[in-house]
Amino acid sequence: MAIDKDTARRVAHLARIRVEETELETLARELSGILEFMEQLAEVDVEGVEPMTSVTPMALKRRKDEVTDGGIRDKILANAPDARDGFFTVPKVVE
Amino acid sequence: MTQLTYREPPAKRIAGAVGEWEMVIGMEVHAQVSSKSKLFSGASTAFGAEPNTNVSLVDAAMPGMLPVINEFCIEQAVRAGLGLKAKINLFSVFDRKNYFYPDLPQGYQISQYKHPIVGEGEVLVDLEPGVARRVRIERIHLEQDAGKSIHDLDPELTYVDLNRTGVALMEIVSRPDIRSPEEAAEYVRKLRQILRYLGACDGNMQEGSLRADVNVSVCRPGDYERFRETGDPSVLGTRCEIKNMNSMRFIQQAIDYEARRQIAILEDGGTVEQETRLYDPNKGRTRSMRSKEEAHDYRYFPDPDLLPLTLEQAWVDAIAASLPELPDEKKARFVAQYGVTEYDASVLTAERESADFFEAVARGRDGKAAANWVINELFGRLNKEGRAISDSPVSAEQLGGVIDLIASGDISGKIAKDLFEILWTEGGDPARIVEERGMKQVTDEGAIEKAVDEVLAANPDKVEQAKAKPSLAGWFVGQVMKATQGKANPQAVNALVRRKLGVE
Repeated sequence: MAIDKDTARRVAHLARIRVEETELETLARELSGILEFMEQLAEVDVEGVEPMTSVTPMALKRRKDEVTDGGIRDKILANAPDARDGFFTVPKVVE
Repeated sequence: MTQLTYREPPAKRIAGAVGEWEMVIGMEVHAQVSSKSKLFSGASTAFGAEPNTNVSLVDAAMPGMLPVINEFCIEQAVRAGLGLKAKINLFSVFDRKNYFYPDLPQGYQISQYKHPIVGEGEVLVDLEPGVARRVRIERIHLEQDAGKSIHDLDPELTYVDLNRTGVALMEIVSRPDIRSPEEAAEYVRKLRQILRYLGACDGNMQEGSLRADVNVSVCRPGDYERFRETGDPSVLGTRCEIKNMNSMRFIQQAIDYEARRQIAILEDGGTVEQETRLYDPNKGRTRSMRSKEEAHDYRYFPDPDLLPLTLEQAWVDAIAASLPELPDEKKARFVAQYGVTEYDASVLTAERESADFFEAVARGRDGKAAANWVINELFGRLNKEGRAISDSPVSAEQLGGVIDLIASGDISGKIAKDLFEILWTEGGDPARIVEERGMKQVTDEGAIEKAVDEVLAANPDKVEQAKAKPSLAGWFVGQVMKATQGKANPQAVNALVRRKLGVE
């Protein structure tokens, strides 16, 4: 599947990454290259092979249901460009 | 296990300008897991905290923070699945659902897409005695809640509170099997009841613990049956999704409005556009949420921070063995064991606590009498005073005592109500109160006869009238009951009065 310039522009926008119009052509070509490589991998016969989800024989780590965190509002808000009355504040989101 | 039998109701019809229409409704219910801490962080889930105080660095999506799953939330999702008779998937995967919004600091929601933790199940939605809709469940998956955006604190700014961010939700997705606004509300009510029985979700709709997204489309009679036969959704109309409703009443109103809106468009020769809408309860209308249209490309992919979730069948079996008796079974058992009506059984089993209370009262007593007292006297009074069953001033033991005193003939039904009042306001032991306050019913024939004779002697003119008009006997019975302060056995009085008047 080849990525064209329009798709590259749309994906960049969805990911909120600014890409200059002049860079789109190159980006589309590179993304297409990655997908083509994936398509090559897809040619390998994996019939009967379980998908590998991890390189180590580990299970998902779980924790107990206990409150061990929170109460650090100052730290949470420390990097916010703008914060008021304990809230993050951002330019009005129009619904 | 005893089971009640039900028939499915017909779909609701709406008369259009040209012919009749039906609606097809599917729902996505978001139920907050009753955990103390969040799905992937140790921050508290307590409602109503100061803004941004129940937030960890994981919830705020600080770089380098990693999610660690809460095992209680896994267990509750499995319990919910078992409670909805659903398939539990021993292998499930967490995915990232990508979109940008200020109350979602990660830029993605951790959810489950291709491999949810729970598969197909079903819910029996009771509508009236003997009538129920079987609604198929498609799946349940675990996901994170987003934060809260407040738009009305400032004209230029949106305020964001991340306390909710990362709280565990179970998204329960139904098939489009719901056929009227009333059924939709009853479906939510039934889900809520089951989840509360299981303890998986507190069901508090005011606090947002249970919210529903509703998919509504309209079609002509016969189309839905064709869809069920062929499985082809294209025979149905285009659907609209109404987001985020947390009231049964609004759910009904929104569906009703939305169905009529779509019918009007179609009858006008237009086409319904598939979109997300919001219900405005003040205006009683739904409106388009166009701002989110563009974000519908979520680019799901497996979350690389989380390994797949694998469960042991033995662990699932142990949870299944520990499930409480659920509403449908309990209701059927109440009907079979206590001889109460299906309607009364529904009322008694609405909440687990009330069902337990009833059983404590009914144990070793007449089930119908127990149901009558619990529903009419106790629930009636609790409702009137806005109290919960757990907060009842009259215990199951006390209420049982009242019923025993009626059964033994010690008090009449009328005196029993006075006794209930005393227990409600003052408390105490029913038998002792009856004894100490002289409330015992007079069953001694001699004493009753004496009272009857006195009344008859005092009213010779009425006696003459009654001989010609037997219905006047009731007046004498009333007079005797009054004279004995309600303590005489009414049946005995009635029999004696009639015999003495010769109007048997």
